[in-house]
Amino acid sequence: MSNYITEIDQKCEIAVDDTILIKDVECTAGSRILGGFVPLFDAEAVERIKKAGYGIKGKTNVGEFGLDIIGETSYYGEAQENGNLIGAAADEVKNRKVKAALCVDLNGAPRRAAAVSGQTFIKPTYGTVSRYGVIPCACSGEQIGVMSDSSENTKKFLTIIAGRDDKDGTSLKNDSYDYESKTELSEMNICLIKELLDAADEKVAARIRSVVNFLEKSGAKTEYISVPEVRYAQAAWQILLAAETCNNISRYDGVKFGYRTPDYKDIDELYIKSRTEGLGILSKETLIYGSDVLSKGRYDVCYDKALRVRRVVMDKMKDVFGKYDAVLIPAGSTFEYKKYPLDKAFENVYKESLFTAVSSITGMPAIVSCGVQLVADHLNESKLFEIASKLDLSEVEK
Amino acid sequence: MKYEIVIGLETHVELATESKIFCSCGGHSNQEGPNTCVCPACCGMPGMLPVMNKRAVELAVMAGTMLNCQINKYTTFDKKSYYYPDLPCAYQITQWFHPICTNGCVEVKTASGSRKIGIKQIHMEEDAGKLVHDDWTDTSLVDFNRTSVPLIEIVSRPDFRSKEEVVAYLEMLKSTFRFAGISECEEGAMRCDVNISVRPEGSTELGVRTEIKNMSSLVSISRAIEYETARHIDAIERNTEVLVQETRRWDDIKGRTFSMRNKETAADYRYFPDPNLMPIVIDDEWFESIKAKMPMMAEEKAKIYVEQGISEEDARDLTSERKLCELLDKVAELGTSPKTVAAWILTDCAGILRKNGKVIGELSIKPQKLFDIISMVEKGTITRGAGKKVLAAVIEKDVEPEQYCRENALDAQTDSGLIASIVKKVIEQNQNAVKDYLGGKTKAFQALFGACMKELKGNGDPAVIRAELEKELAGKQ
Repeated sequence: MSNYITEIDQKCEIAVDDTILIKDVECTAGSRILGGFVPLFDAEAVERIKKAGYGIKGKTNVGEFGLDIIGETSYYGEAQENGNLIGAAADEVKNRKVKAALCVDLNGAPRRAAAVSGQTFIKPTYGTVSRYGVIPCACSGEQIGVMSDSSENTKKFLTIIAGRDDKDGTSLKNDSYDYESKTELSEMNICLIKELLDAADEKVAARIRSVVNFLEKSGAKTEYISVPEVRYAQAAWQILLAAETCNNISRYDGVKFGYRTPDYKDIDELYIKSRTEGLGILSKETLIYGSDVLSKGRYDVCYDKALRVRRVVMDKMKDVFGKYDAVLIPAGSTFEYKKYPLDKAFENVYKESLFTAVSSITGMPAIVSCGVQLVADHLNESKLFEIASKLDLSEVEK
Repeated sequence: MKYEIVIGLETHVELATESKIFCSCGGHSNQEGPNTCVCPACCGMPGMLPVMNKRAVELAVMAGTMLNCQINKYTTFDKKSYYYPDLPCAYQITQWFHPICTNGCVEVKTASGSRKIGIKQIHMEEDAGKLVHDDWTDTSLVDFNRTSVPLIEIVSRPDFRSKEEVVAYLEMLKSTFRFAGISECEEGAMRCDVNISVRPEGSTELGVRTEIKNMSSLVSISRAIEYETARHIDAIERNTEVLVQETRRWDDIKGRTFSMRNKETAADYRYFPDPNLMPIVIDDEWFESIKAKMPMMAEEKAKIYVEQGISEEDARDLTSERKLCELLDKVAELGTSPKTVAAWILTDCAGILRKNGKVIGELSIKPQKLFDIISMVEKGTITRGAGKKVLAAVIEKDVEPEQYCRENALDAQTDSGLIASIVKKVIEQNQNAVKDYLGGKTKAFQALFGACMKELKGNGDPAVIRAELEKELAGKQ
């Protein structure tokens, strides 16, 4: 199974998720329904990469619309390694086939992929990298991040793609970002969230312990705290993600672009059959759930409440970052994602989003390094890079 | 029994911005051909993000101010989901939770007096595309030119009590918005949904309400209200049918309303805030700058013209078109009296346009050129008649006035020797008129004057002709 849905130029060093548009190159987002869709323009991030003198090797496979755990729901097949699921972009980076990969993180898939394959992935602060040219799903949380083999390379390529873009109304005003560290690891206070540690398996817990040991040895202070709100973050992000995704993928109707069913008798049948045949089961379940939380009588108790919870989680995390420089948590419950029946996808994705939802729903930056996840306050990527760069040099298993 | 009609209106008005509301495509829906004014964004291609058109916000604020609304400092955009082939994203961006303007009111004048109509809210939204049905091939085609053209929807309170009030209100909106440059209000740029119910006079309870969707001509709206009122009254008095709350469509040819298929109307739109558009904050500074940019209302402008000596009727005609006011003001600024310019615009320009089958609204002339013509006439370099000829040439062919006069020998004839000889000749040939004049009929002077001017092909200096004619006639007495 190739890691690429479309290969562009073997000689080039950057891979791009198939949820990011490149002019004149088919973009499927891992879905049958977008099969044959050829965009008319480059995503802003791609343009910046090209301007910096790099070429694009190809479009890496992703789970349908990037909604899943690690890439297993792609219509075009999944990447595996010894029977374990592994993200396509992470696999390319791990095998040194590319220097870096641009991945869209909307529900944590690239973070989990990086943790499983021992690579570094940064999801920057929401609004840092333009979403112009990203297949839209969960617009209020999705961000393009960088996957690479080290914190140094990750930082280098994030610096290239980050910065204000007038074509994205949610883009922050900074034209560029300086990610050089101002705080030494030895001066940092880092906390761990008990609720998330308890939900991970023994291998993950052991890795967290060895990272804690290293941090302590480096002079950082670590502390265990309780943040019950993480459970609410998980539920609320599920609601927001499903609602926004449902709305965004409504446009794939078989009329204008992408997949169209071969036989239909009228427009209603064209819509229904194209979508029935074109969308995978995880997308369909997300659609049903998303429609429900937005419908009459349900909006107030579901969607509106989820927006309020987002605020509560945001406030709580701001409190936490008032005392600590970073939060150390697992990126997923396990390092071993096994194949599972796809009708369990919705449930399984929800379970795994427990670890990634805090950063997704708050738009706070998160880095995955040495198989663990570190989250910092908005625009504090430099702290994350500082910790990750020290972890790169450490004895901690990757 | 006597009945009272209760009507509320939802009026969609296309804003006169240069570009669409969320992309940089041209903003007007009347394009040359289908799909000539589209981009990946307004076609709903994935990966494009909406970017707010600031001008649209400003025009909405102006509209709200003119309708005496409260302008909300915090306003947001929401997504409204439904499937229809003319809606490329399967959602429309509109304002559901925090509209830009609320709680306004306007005065509506009809023959039976003046009444206040409440405005519940004004919200901004993007327009949808257009479906073109081809009966010949039994297909429907989509034209996205109109997609994402900025609209405001003005939602009135159910305060109208007659179709006359509705028409007066819509005419008022039209002229106000046109004059302020908020909307061109061209054909189809203003569309109306009419909510109507009927109740016995004196009753405080509302009757069953029906909504007639998407009408753009005032005549149709008026007819539809008339039809629907009669239908409601029939249903109440004679049990012809059971009224239900529903959406209806007006058929202009059949002259009646029809119930629309349930499918098209019973949708749950699943509104939610659009995460791609940040809330808009209209702070005092921005609001003041918008207010400062707001053109004067037509009525105020007319008042000023009357003070400047223009008749009330002319002032009203001038203020029916913002362009005319702008032209008049610019020409007057160059150094002519507003009253003179008004006469040139409303009499001469209008006359020339009428001859060419056009209306005054289509007038296009550079202020400097109109000023040049007027001042040549005032200085006596050319006659008023010659002025008209130049004006026609300027309006039709945009010629240079002075050059045109030279090339066509329109300059006024002031040579008193030549004029004297012509006067003599005219007196010779018009003995009857001379006799009349000498006999006390002063009107005959005009006839002689006219004959002289005719001899001079209309280019004679009137003052010189008059002087020569008076001198010559005095000698005959």
